[in-house]
Amino acid sequence: MKVGLFVPCYIDAFYPRVGIATLELLERLGQQVDYPLGQTCCGQPMANSGCNSDAAAAEALFVRNFERFDAIVMPSGSCAHHVRDHFDAIPQTDAVRHVRTHTYELVEFLHDVLQVGDFPWAEFPHTVGLHNSCGTLRALRTASMSELGEPPFSKPMGLLSKVRGIRFATPARPDECCGFGGTFSVAEEAVSARMGLDKVRDHHDAGAEYIVSADSSCIMHQQGCAERAGIPLRFIHIAEILNGARE
Amino acid sequence: MKDKRIDHAGAAAAFIADAPHLAFHDERLWDMRQKRDAQMHLLPEWQELRTLASQIKEHALANLPEYLEQFEENATRNGIRVHWARDGAEHNRIVAEILQARGATTLIKSKSMVTEECDMRPYLAARGITVTETDLGERIQQLDDQLPSHIVVPAVHKLTGDVARVFATHYGTDPKADDPRQLAEAQRQAARPVILHADAGMTGANFAVAETGTFVVCTNEGNADLSATVPGVHIATLGIERLVPRLSDLGVFVRLLSRSALGSPITQYTTHFRGPQDGGEMHVILVDNGRSARLGMADFWTSLKCIRCGACMNTCPVYRRSGGLSYGAVYSGPIGAIIDPTFNERKYSTLPFASTLNGSCTNVCPVRINIHDQLYKWRRVLVDHHQMPFVKREIMHMAGKLMGQPRLYRAAISGTETALGTLPRFALYNWLNPWGRHRELPHPVKETFHAWYRRNRSAPGAADTEKTKTDPTKTGRTKDTGQ
Repeated sequence: MKVGLFVPCYIDAFYPRVGIATLELLERLGQQVDYPLGQTCCGQPMANSGCNSDAAAAEALFVRNFERFDAIVMPSGSCAHHVRDHFDAIPQTDAVRHVRTHTYELVEFLHDVLQVGDFPWAEFPHTVGLHNSCGTLRALRTASMSELGEPPFSKPMGLLSKVRGIRFATPARPDECCGFGGTFSVAEEAVSARMGLDKVRDHHDAGAEYIVSADSSCIMHQQGCAERAGIPLRFIHIAEILNGARE
Repeated sequence: MKDKRIDHAGAAAAFIADAPHLAFHDERLWDMRQKRDAQMHLLPEWQELRTLASQIKEHALANLPEYLEQFEENATRNGIRVHWARDGAEHNRIVAEILQARGATTLIKSKSMVTEECDMRPYLAARGITVTETDLGERIQQLDDQLPSHIVVPAVHKLTGDVARVFATHYGTDPKADDPRQLAEAQRQAARPVILHADAGMTGANFAVAETGTFVVCTNEGNADLSATVPGVHIATLGIERLVPRLSDLGVFVRLLSRSALGSPITQYTTHFRGPQDGGEMHVILVDNGRSARLGMADFWTSLKCIRCGACMNTCPVYRRSGGLSYGAVYSGPIGAIIDPTFNERKYSTLPFASTLNGSCTNVCPVRINIHDQLYKWRRVLVDHHQMPFVKREIMHMAGKLMGQPRLYRAAISGTETALGTLPRFALYNWLNPWGRHRELPHPVKETFHAWYRRNRSAPGAADTEKTKTDPTKTGRTKDTGQ
């Protein structure tokens, strides 16, 4: 299987270690991974803001970069959601349809496609609070949602529970949105920052040392809120833990 | 029409700055959401009920003209006078005519969102008719001259101290006496004489049944029943989307309504109105006020399924932290944000953006309205209709262009290839500045992933770029990686 790695723009710029961990993890798992150097963004920021026509160039570029892969993997739920469910600023050619139906968020890819049974190199002797982004939770459905009363399941928790020494903290409102929301984070900065503050407090009160998430955008926002409020939490992407990060 | 855009973000920021109000509001509504969850867990058929409710409503809406005429025919047979109102103005005129024909100058009413929509109270006041809200929360809002901030609990943004101050001003009670029972008693003492001597009464309706020509009002305080029965003249006003085909359909909706709204199995009162009392009058006003037009909107017509339970508000993390008044509209919260723009696109153009698109609203909706999908779609419509502020529109336009051109993009973020220097210029100015008001910026890094990859895995990646560059591909662009 030829795997194309997409590293979202904010991970590229602010969390390169998440991109590195994703790449190394996929390689450890025996995947042949390419990172097309001509990539930029999936188009989500423009499309989510209603400016769908402005997403067309990014979407077309994305297709050109990734149409030749059997699987397109990205350490971001919201980008995967965009490509899979909203990627319609450009004509729906065979190439576009291929890309949309072969795009995976990292956790889904590990859990559903590779069906990874264990991560023998991974050990993380810390208490973590899992933050499921709304993209992974309610769009990609990688975990059960509290509003639906469905039988509990969690793909990210399934993967993390294979990591030696890890412990979990359970916040009071586990699947409340953290308030990032893309451009919402600046257009509605007061609400966004307040939601983020409430989110990190909830995890901290539950005893978490780390917040772990499959989305670095939520992490970027929550980390900013925690640091401003002086809440001693650390933040880590699930790829880093699964790749054997030690601290 | 050049109405000013609602400044939801600004109003929300003011609400958040008031810590006690924010904390109470968030906790109270989250508690309602949790009680709703508890009720859901008690009913194994919950999701099936939601599906049924959605199907019944979609069927009723798809056949609305027939069901409305059936309702009119049966209601008329029951002795109910049925009126049709094209818009708010027509509605208000009909109400005034009914009252004036009887020389009525006092009207008691229980809460009805439609009358808020029609802005009925000022219209009647100007014609010498005194309108008194009888529901506690709605009365508080009337006295304080504010819109309801929530469909079900209209004064939920107020603390008891706020209510005490409002009552002190209007009822002469002690402004420091903020015990909820005392406040409720003050309202009861003030309202009962008004109710007993009112010339006419008014209610809304939760459901109107086509096959029987009857309607149902669900309340917890019982004031609707007083308003409907004490004066002898009962006017019920309802949006045309309240119709359900059969009486048996209520078995689905009544089970969902209060469980979704308050997390209680059923409202205290579920009253079926079948016709006028002996010697009395009963009027039903069927109000369109934009609903027919909404029914014709391919992406948005299902918002008419709404049964006004408020569950989307209770679960909405944005609504809980911004308060209903910040929406500046009769309908607030997620459902308001998809309905309000149909009344006035420009004025309410900010509301579909007052959401993180997290999707919790869609999950709790008892009639399965895809609320967050409609929020997403409204954004497109509003941008297409030039309702996005110029600066944001330009930023998106520039970003879109940049993201389509890898070489330009790399040049834009690679001045230093480090840290915040990697933010494109557009990101550093004006519109994006608010990030730092309550948050730290991301930490500086030595190099981008892109740079790391080129240093550590360069060969295959470079080949990829070449391949992309020389292959025009199906999308029809020739210059992919640089211009």
